[in-house]
Amino acid sequence: MTNIINTNRRQFLKSGAILSGGLLISFMVPAGPKKLMEPGLLPDPEATFSPNAFLRIGNDGTINVILAHVEMGQGIWTTLTMLIAEELDADWKKIKVEHAPPGQAYGHTGFGIQITGGSSTTYSEFDRYRQAGATARELLVSAGAKKMGVNPADCTTKNGMVIAGAKKASYGELAAIAATLPVPAKVTLRQASEWKYIGKGLKRLDAPAKVNGTAKFGMDIQFPGLLTAVVAHSPVYGGKVKSFDASAAKAMPGVKDVVEIPGGVAVIADHFWAAKKGRAALKIEWDNGDHAAFNSATQLENYMALAATKGLPALDKGNVETALGQAPKVIEAEYSFPYLAHAAMEPMNCTVKLTKDKCQIWTGTQLPGIDQGAAAKVLGFKPEQVSIETVFLGGGFGRRATPTSDFIVEAVHIAKASGKFIKMVWTREDDMNAGYYRAAFVHRMKIGVDSNGYPLAWQHTIVGQSIFEGTFLEMMVQKGVDASSVEGVSDSPYMTDVKDAYVGLHSPKLPVTVLWYRSVGHTHTGYVMETIIDDLATQAGKDPLGYRRALLKNHPRHLSALNLAAEKAGWGKPLPAGHFQGIAVHESFLSYVAEVAEVSIGNDGHVKVHKVTCAIDCGLAVNPDGVKAQMESGIIFGLTMALYGEISFDKGQVQQTNFHTYHIARMNESPVIDVHIVNSTEKMGGAGECGVPPAAPA
Amino acid sequence: MYKLKVNKKYYNVDASADMPLLWVLRDLIGLTGTKFGCGMAQCGACTVHLNGEAVRSCVTLVSRAVGKEITTIEGLSANSTHPLQVAWLQEDTPQCGYCQSGQIMSAAVLLRENPNPTDQDIDNAMSGNICRCGTYPRIRKAIHLAAQLQKKGGTK
Repeated sequence: MTNIINTNRRQFLKSGAILSGGLLISFMVPAGPKKLMEPGLLPDPEATFSPNAFLRIGNDGTINVILAHVEMGQGIWTTLTMLIAEELDADWKKIKVEHAPPGQAYGHTGFGIQITGGSSTTYSEFDRYRQAGATARELLVSAGAKKMGVNPADCTTKNGMVIAGAKKASYGELAAIAATLPVPAKVTLRQASEWKYIGKGLKRLDAPAKVNGTAKFGMDIQFPGLLTAVVAHSPVYGGKVKSFDASAAKAMPGVKDVVEIPGGVAVIADHFWAAKKGRAALKIEWDNGDHAAFNSATQLENYMALAATKGLPALDKGNVETALGQAPKVIEAEYSFPYLAHAAMEPMNCTVKLTKDKCQIWTGTQLPGIDQGAAAKVLGFKPEQVSIETVFLGGGFGRRATPTSDFIVEAVHIAKASGKFIKMVWTREDDMNAGYYRAAFVHRMKIGVDSNGYPLAWQHTIVGQSIFEGTFLEMMVQKGVDASSVEGVSDSPYMTDVKDAYVGLHSPKLPVTVLWYRSVGHTHTGYVMETIIDDLATQAGKDPLGYRRALLKNHPRHLSALNLAAEKAGWGKPLPAGHFQGIAVHESFLSYVAEVAEVSIGNDGHVKVHKVTCAIDCGLAVNPDGVKAQMESGIIFGLTMALYGEISFDKGQVQQTNFHTYHIARMNESPVIDVHIVNSTEKMGGAGECGVPPAAPA
Repeated sequence: MYKLKVNKKYYNVDASADMPLLWVLRDLIGLTGTKFGCGMAQCGACTVHLNGEAVRSCVTLVSRAVGKEITTIEGLSANSTHPLQVAWLQEDTPQCGYCQSGQIMSAAVLLRENPNPTDQDIDNAMSGNICRCGTYPRIRKAIHLAAQLQKKGGTK
């Protein structure tokens, strides 16, 4: 696949098709969203526009599908490939999948920048990847018709072949000819009735490599001359190195170098164990900085005090004060949520091979384009001098999408300071203490209810740090209100029929870095809304399901999910002694999910979740079993949040270090999960995150 | 210098006595299928077999592995034919995949010792392995399926 057919990049740019031994199909994103990118971080399109596209067909018939989004468990390796295959009639055995390098062609169709997040991959790529497949097929058919001397209209395609009566030619044979043909301006996509894969699904294409140890994660990068770096970070959050003595560390066997970098001291050694031992031998005097007194108890007190005041309006309708004064009954509630660490199973790591004018990076990232720009900035390079190879992500949950590229930047600093090829590896403790948490939040509300117990006035104050402020997604902050802090409250269907409502937000500035986290604001807002609705139902003496149905009567998609979950769970039917059912429904990421949990409470007060019945309306489910897997995953993620999950600070230090102090739900706590998909023709939504919010309240 | 037998092959490794087997396997021998997750026997991502017993290689000193049969995910079967690997694929079990080597190595010992594990047996044997993606329901199904496959075809 290395033979180059008579072309060059200039022609490629003109024609929109390239051949590096075959056919390459590429589409540009509309120009609009590009402005989302910070100027200067935008890679020069010509310079980085080498093999940028979604599909490459080699002369040997190999079909490389190039993913603009990254595989972190959510199954996109399979689903995006299905979309191409739906139109291409390819031979499955010849399909190879790879992650895209940073490049403009791979910008998100909605956000512009190259990002995997917001549970948006499938619906945002639904047309683009099918078009890529259809365009390639049309070119291959034209090429086949030319080669076989027949009319394109008389050609069909099957299993990687163009067929005309008794004549046939393989895609491999035709790739070179296809690449010389003009790209059709418009292609017709297949009708839903013709779909072979969409709506039916396919086994995961990444699974074989993940059951025999051959799947490569960032942690697994190895090449001759590569050393391992372990970094000593300040134990107090935000502290800096005052001075250090590396003599003992340097004397350790295997230690090759010790360098100071912004934020710490890196020990570079032949392998991880030597580097870790070297780090333990460092003598560092830290300047604890301004946050040495920071602690969670004081933070909570401050948040509670703020929650008693109004905050900036995220929703303001009618006159809530008056309405509350006139309500027959007012119910008050307060909720607090701690910081949470993403705790992906693969701790953050990044490999950097830096030479005079080139920087090669291997890592698992949800934001390759931003990382490329950030690395270039550290080095004084142009973005195109930095290449990023994205390997499988050992979990992401948002953590591998830092707007500051924190762990990539740290690795690049080590490479720059040492002049060595390094793989920076964070220990679990480093990972857990490095910040970028789900922000801590406090909610306080006063709800006036009518004589039937239904809400008629709703005052709600939310306190928590902004994740978008100061990032490339700052436009998500409007008039001081970070949309992600209030999503799920200010736009809740329960607010719709309430005439007098005020949702206020305080976004305190604190030293702790915060970040999106699987299901973002809904991690706390979904819990608050569904729990308070349960309280309101109880106080009204009404069944939680019936109470919700009454409130959601004008929200058909909520209702369809709610009713399906309730029906499948046998809501209201007798349960084993000591077992209870809870129910919740929440919209997030354009999907509607209801969950019924069957729980019991042990003598020790420990909650045991026996079964979760889940129903989702995500519109068309492109890969139904993949959607079910994401619901299972989201429910268990939500269960961990409900049962455990807390990052707390004392004297400026994070108190949790590893899985013995930061618990994750395990097999023995994993309920039976029964997922049902609403047969829906509504607008498509995401699946990666929306299973999380209802799990805890249910 | 230690002489180790990993997946039926011998390796001489230049390791200090306190070096955990995990890093010997990964950084000295280059077998990266065994994963680092916590470094303190909390998550099970590093599970390998030592004379057929499941151990957490992140806290197993290299010296303890000398003279023993070490098996990693790479050596569990040729061509992914172990009933667990077949069942894992059948149930579409992995998500991010990072913990799966350890999960399969823990399950392999369970299935050898107990060809008909109950849900409770699976809870007991598998609760030392964390999966942050929450693939537990599929792991459970896959173990039950592998038990069936094992009966039909025997272990390979």
